[in-house]
Amino acid sequence: MNAPTPIRFHANVRGVLANPVLRASFRGAMDFLMARRAAQFPAADAFEALRAQGEQIRQHSLARLPELLETLEANLQRNGIQVHWAETPLQACRLIIDLATRAGGDLVVKGKSMVSEEIELNHALEAAGIGALESDMGEYIVQLAGEKPSHIIMPAIHKTKEDIARLFADKVPGVDYTDSVDELIQIGRRVLRDKFRDTRVGLSGVNIAVAETGTLCLVENEGNGRMCTTVPDVHIAITGIEKVVARLEHVPPLLTLLTRSATGQAATTYFNWISGPRRAGELDGPREVHLVLLDNGRSGAYADIRLRATLQCIRCGACMNHCPVYARIGGHAYGTTYPGPIGQIVSPHMLGLEATQDLVTASSLCGACGEVCPVKIPIPDLLLQLRQQSQGNAAAPLLPGAGRGRKALQSISYQLFAWLYARPALYRLFSFVATRLRAFTPARQGVWTGSRAPLRPAARSLHERMKSRAGESCA
Amino acid sequence: MSAPLARQRILARLRAAPPQDIPAPTLPLAPMPASDEIRLDQFRRGIEAFHAEVIDARQRTWQTVLAEVCAAKRIGTLMLPPADLADLNPWPGGPRLSRFDRPIEMHKAELFDAIDAGLTIADGAIADTGTLIQADPRRMPRTLSLVPPIHICLLDPRCIYPSLQGALAATPWKQAMPSNLIFISGPSKTADIQQTMAYGAHGPRELIVLLTAGT
Ligand code: SF4
Repeated sequence: MNAPTPIRFHANVRGVLANPVLRASFRGAMDFLMARRAAQFPAADAFEALRAQGEQIRQHSLARLPELLETLEANLQRNGIQVHWAETPLQACRLIIDLATRAGGDLVVKGKSMVSEEIELNHALEAAGIGALESDMGEYIVQLAGEKPSHIIMPAIHKTKEDIARLFADKVPGVDYTDSVDELIQIGRRVLRDKFRDTRVGLSGVNIAVAETGTLCLVENEGNGRMCTTVPDVHIAITGIEKVVARLEHVPPLLTLLTRSATGQAATTYFNWISGPRRAGELDGPREVHLVLLDNGRSGAYADIRLRATLQCIRCGACMNHCPVYARIGGHAYGTTYPGPIGQIVSPHMLGLEATQDLVTASSLCGACGEVCPVKIPIPDLLLQLRQQSQGNAAAPLLPGAGRGRKALQSISYQLFAWLYARPALYRLFSFVATRLRAFTPARQGVWTGSRAPLRPAARSLHERMKSRAGESCA
Repeated sequence: MSAPLARQRILARLRAAPPQDIPAPTLPLAPMPASDEIRLDQFRRGIEAFHAEVIDARQRTWQTVLAEVCAAKRIGTLMLPPADLADLNPWPGGPRLSRFDRPIEMHKAELFDAIDAGLTIADGAIADTGTLIQADPRRMPRTLSLVPPIHICLLDPRCIYPSLQGALAATPWKQAMPSNLIFISGPSKTADIQQTMAYGAHGPRELIVLLTAGT
């Protein structure tokens, strides 16, 4: 889980950039999602007002986080929902394995949960002899292919319908090749329907937890989330400790920001508010509901007021959809559960800065992510800050692995650069020599020329040209 | 069985972090649209955009309209809620009627494999998003609006709230949340394959709303 060695980001990127089909998939999908979102926020000032509300709700909730978690716990328990706490992915997996085992389940049917991906729950369950079946269509496809989600909202966005047609024909018994999207979805529906009916344990994520009422809110379109949380005897929900809000009325602004930013919908098909297991007199619903609250580095980010902003995230994916880097390399290249700009700012506190040292540099700092983020997380500023921590330049580095991104050659070059630029006479001499010797500039300049034209000094330095112009008169 | 120290340690770390004082936001309540009809119109346009069918049955009896829907959709078996709509009897040429009147464990095979449509009553709706509300799992079992391939929902248009905020302010949920409060905006759908919208993902592929002036 904790990657001790740096993620091989550069190698991954070279691989995907050379794959035109994959690049077309992502470009097409990002254009689609951006257009859908834009249609939902036609008036800029209304969007800004809503964003300001969203930001304030999240910041207000985070400011009271420990207290709200205790209130949430008390109210969930009062509602009959059992609450469990986990500091690490390992602890969370053990808790869930225990719960599933006690329920007598040999299979867990799963609704979409990025936190379950974060803790690599499926592997842990399988190692314990318990099957895990993803039931969100995108997640199901990705699981069948033995892959990981490449987008937090649309997990199978990297696949074409032909890829999926071949996959189903190969892996689903009794299925012939069809690239009709409707038929493919019906195949998935048939396979999973039997599982919803017969499986004893269902697992889901949580989009928003409401402290004052002890309620877990779930957003979805497919109905698999409702199936997983309703039909099996036991429902286990897992979420990060940051997802809590104080009051019921804090839900509407966040909900509308989430559905509009994520998939450009005014509302999702289902919004499911769960405040307890089946009560006396009710004829369906789970007999037990559990919530696992996961830390996994979040309290570390919380300790730094600036990095705390990363915990405002409502996981809408808009920053990924608008990121020029993500749109070109896709989700898998990042090598982390959460890809794109949000992944770049949350992965360091989950995995440490050593493993993620290249990720924080994978941004042009164009600012698009910060502009679209519905809760106004200053992602570019946070990336800069994480870069400083990674270089060991931050005043008080807090994240594990700080300073590990420092590379000797790079830091010597910058020191040399700073030294030279602070000495005008030397600088002029240097630029005079460099411009005169431009014919001898090497054609190969290491990493730079791997994908760019070689750098060549101009014929005359700017200083020289300005000096020669000083004599000219303005006619 | 929870890692015993995890709770204390997480809370201690959070409490050791620098405190911040950020006031709760003020969330102005959007003004209430003028009339029931305006809200209904908004609701209708909203939910139709989500691919639901809305039929106004206020000028006739909803039973007649239900019979037409069942015939048009070739519904062979229709499942009713546990106790509501007690006077709905089988009609000639109509579907077999079944009642969700025992715990789901005893209905599972039928519900998943033999029922064509589920009939429910909405506890209200939300105008600005086009959303139906089911707020009482005792009266309307959760799976009745989820498992059958067609969901037919009766809605009294006088119970349409202008917005989610308006619904939260007007209902007693804040004091007593139902064990499961469900909002429904259209039939189940997915765009997970190449962003192509397909209906009937895991829940109903059709949602039909019958507007009635009371059941
Ligand atoms: S950082 Fe902002 S834009 Fe990105 S997923 Fe989170 S909430 Fe959405």
